Amino acid sequence: MPPATLKVFRGQAAQGDFREYRVDVDEGMVVLDVIHRIQATQAPDLACRWNCKAGKCGSCSAEVNGKPRLMCMTRMDIFEPGETISVAPIRTFPLIRDLVTDVSYNYVKAREVPPLRLRPPDADGKYRMMQEDVDRPQEFHKCIECFLCQDVCHVIRDHEEHKPAFAGPRFFIKIAGLDMHPLDTLNRTEFVRRQAGIGLCNITKCCTEVCPEHIHITDNGIIPMKERMADDFDPIVWLLRKFRGGRPEPA
Amino acid sequence: MAKPEYETHEHDVIVIGAGGAGLRAAIEAAAQGVSVGLICKSLLGKAHTVMAEGGIAAAMGNVWPEDNWQVHFRDTMRGGKMLNNWRMAQLHAQEAPDRVLELERFGALFDRTKDGLISQRDFGGHRYARLAHVGDRTGLEMIRTLQYHAIHQGIDVYMECKVERLLKDGDRVAGAFGYWRNTGQFVMFKAKAVVLATGGIGKAWKITSNSWEYTGDGHATALWAGADLIDMEFVQFHPTGMVWPPSVRGILVTESVRGDGGTLKNNQGERFMFNYIPEFFKGETADNIEEAERWYADKKNNRRTPDLLPRDEVARAINSEVKAGRGSPHGGVFLDICTRRPADYIRKRLPSMYHQFKELANVDITREPMEVGPTCHYVMGGVRVDADSTQATVAGLFAAGEVAGGMHGSNRLGGNSLSDLLVFGRRAGLHAALYAKNLGGTVTIDRAEVESVARAALEPFSRSGGENPYAIQAELQETMHTLVGIIRTEAEMRQALAKIETLKERARKVRVEGGRVYNPGWHIALDLQSLLTVAECTTLAALERKESRGGHTRDDHPYTDDTWGKVNVVLRLRDGRVQVSREPLPEMPAELRALFQERK
Ligand SMILES: Cc1cc2nc3c(=O)[nH]c(=O)nc-3n(C[C@H](O)[C@H](O)[C@H](O)COP(=O)(O)OP(=O)(O)OC[C@H]3O[C@@H](n4cnc5c(N)ncnc54)[C@H](O)[C@@H]3O)c2cc1C
Ligand code: SF4
Ligand code: SF4
Ligand code: FES
Repeated sequence: MPPATLKVFRGQAAQGDFREYRVDVDEGMVVLDVIHRIQATQAPDLACRWNCKAGKCGSCSAEVNGKPRLMCMTRMDIFEPGETISVAPIRTFPLIRDLVTDVSYNYVKAREVPPLRLRPPDADGKYRMMQEDVDRPQEFHKCIECFLCQDVCHVIRDHEEHKPAFAGPRFFIKIAGLDMHPLDTLNRTEFVRRQAGIGLCNITKCCTEVCPEHIHITDNGIIPMKERMADDFDPIVWLLRKFRGGRPEPA
Repeated sequence: MAKPEYETHEHDVIVIGAGGAGLRAAIEAAAQGVSVGLICKSLLGKAHTVMAEGGIAAAMGNVWPEDNWQVHFRDTMRGGKMLNNWRMAQLHAQEAPDRVLELERFGALFDRTKDGLISQRDFGGHRYARLAHVGDRTGLEMIRTLQYHAIHQGIDVYMECKVERLLKDGDRVAGAFGYWRNTGQFVMFKAKAVVLATGGIGKAWKITSNSWEYTGDGHATALWAGADLIDMEFVQFHPTGMVWPPSVRGILVTESVRGDGGTLKNNQGERFMFNYIPEFFKGETADNIEEAERWYADKKNNRRTPDLLPRDEVARAINSEVKAGRGSPHGGVFLDICTRRPADYIRKRLPSMYHQFKELANVDITREPMEVGPTCHYVMGGVRVDADSTQATVAGLFAAGEVAGGMHGSNRLGGNSLSDLLVFGRRAGLHAALYAKNLGGTVTIDRAEVESVARAALEPFSRSGGENPYAIQAELQETMHTLVGIIRTEAEMRQALAKIETLKERARKVRVEGGRVYNPGWHIALDLQSLLTVAECTTLAALERKESRGGHTRDDHPYTDDTWGKVNVVLRLRDGRVQVSREPLPEMPAELRALFQERK
């Protein structure tokens, strides 16, 4: 393959700019490989995060040509030959340096979500769950916490002021996963409405579009949750739904 | 030079590493009511454990009621060619089922059997289908579950914080010293007990399934602090890593592909594993295709397919096929599941493999075979610990997970790591907390020592000339790969040792550009210390063991030798040099020994 030209964001919060690098590219390379090659040969202090190099850990999130993506799953051969490729840090979170941002917002939100409250086991001390009942929450457990959905969500992308009272799509599906968990007994409706701020979401679906795990964040997570909000304020209805096991189908 | 500045944190117990072992340890220590700090190099939830695919081995008997801890114990010991610490293997087999059920109570959602219990899948070396799993993303489920449980237990988490050295107060451990990756500022942790849960050393090899984190920091810091390491010659090359394209070489292809029906073939279309069944496993391995095929459904009356021999056997077989010219176009062999299982089944059972090959290699595994070859994957060797308490040979230091040695002997069975993390992570947290409670008082730390470590860490910034740390790392990886790889000889390993010496010399002169804020060049420069140390340890131990066993194959000593089956190779640092010795294995009690006589 011909050498590629990359414009990579370099610098810290106060000052920073794109810098151009020309790099040799081999067959099959992904953007993360090219960043590593730049580190090894041209800019040893170029900061980026990565771990698995296989789309499993969610560390290498960046905005490639303006689009939120995992660098390790973005192949170089999807770009036009000769095209200059821009690589920037995800924008919604404060910059630390180069491609690395401070994602601690997400760890704060994670801690706020009320955890699983376990129901008692069956008479023989075991927990039984049918595959049909775990299929739906399992979809949400696929989340690799790349935070690309958080990055792209307009509620917080350009609105610092919304951050304190908005959990973001990653945590909406975390909550949805807990609500659908066959062993859980906690009602999180009040939390979803107030602290998690689900009312601010207007279902633009941008989060679903960027999710590298192809989780149906809006259709299977947010929308059913919004729909249930009304019912769930009635604790009797909530209890009945939870323990009959029957759950309304997603829209 | 001015005195380097640093902040200080104090805990009863600090846990270094936030993979499965570290998280489980921190949870247990917190449950004992002591104050716990949890430190990790990456963000929380990104440790190696997140990448584990296949499953957690535990004899729950949900699929095969015949399964029990004795069978699991026996499989584990035989997989490790009897070099395992028998007591660790016993505790592991006995406690793994409870630990898996506990994970379920923390919220993990495993794939289910028809009766609504946790489903279990086949894996190499396990007599029965035994691996609790979630598709092929079991590690993700495990780390997320532990992580979300841990954050509600009052544990202080220090992310992107790298420990450089363990600190001591006289003979016992008293804390750790390191830096924040985000700022480059130094930080000291004072603690009565330290749990090491730092994972492995695979970044010392060129083709590896391991990430940048696996520079052997836990192994090296323990050695520097005076602790013994054992079994460092045993490095597991996983038989199936991706081989093409070059940029993905080494990325893991889970053993579940074979567990779920996939088979290995050479370029003649031959299922070559039938030609590589070693004497040791003849009794339990099918020697013809018909029996192997029947085994998937009827395990009682048939022997296991040789595709699922322990990893060391399969890796060597692939190596031989490729050398004999029967390899695939890009220097591996073929792994075929597409002609053997329906596309829907493959996508349901192996979604992330499907995705990985599709996106990274343009291969649709429901239609085409994969090309695979060995990749450095796991280190069996590690910190020598007491089986019950996980305490190292230095007081106050505990170790669990991949960084600890003994549990897996000379070769680890697939699925036995995730269970190891839970069993011994819990034990480490418990015993570290008990130790800290017993100790009382406070610890004192030698500030001069701390300051000299800090000064040394900053030196690369002020050097002029000097070398690029990336180049040294790459040379080391190349050296280990070609000279201390799957097949070893004395001459090559001597060459490797000489090379490591020169690399050490060069590492002392590395130069880094830029500042202290999130500077990967600097991080690599510092990691070279531990990486070179573990490379040397592996080579020294491998030179010492003059036989072939498990994850250690010598071309010049090709046979397994009973006298070597009675000793561990032990490494310790004395007067600045790594000393090598042979020490007898703990002796297995008669009632456990009897398990190996019963059936072949
Ligand atoms: C691709 C892949 C698939 C696998 N599949 C399976 C499987 O199916 N079943 C199975 O049983 N095993 C599997 N394994 C092996 C298993 O995943 C690992 O052995 C296991 O996860 C190691 O866990 P750990 O807790 O010991 O360490 P890790 O999960 O690696 O965690 C190490 C922690 O230590 C921290 N750390 C390291 N050094 C420092 C330092 N200097 N300072 C501060 N923190 C530090 C890291 O940041 C990290 O948090 C697989 C491994 C890989 C790579
Ligand atoms: S659908 Fe809602 S949560 Fe998702 S990006 Fe749009 S506003 Fe944000
Ligand atoms: S939901 Fe998808 S996009 Fe959001 S953090 Fe999880 S994996 Fe990433
Ligand atoms: S490096 Fe793990 S997702 Fe990209």
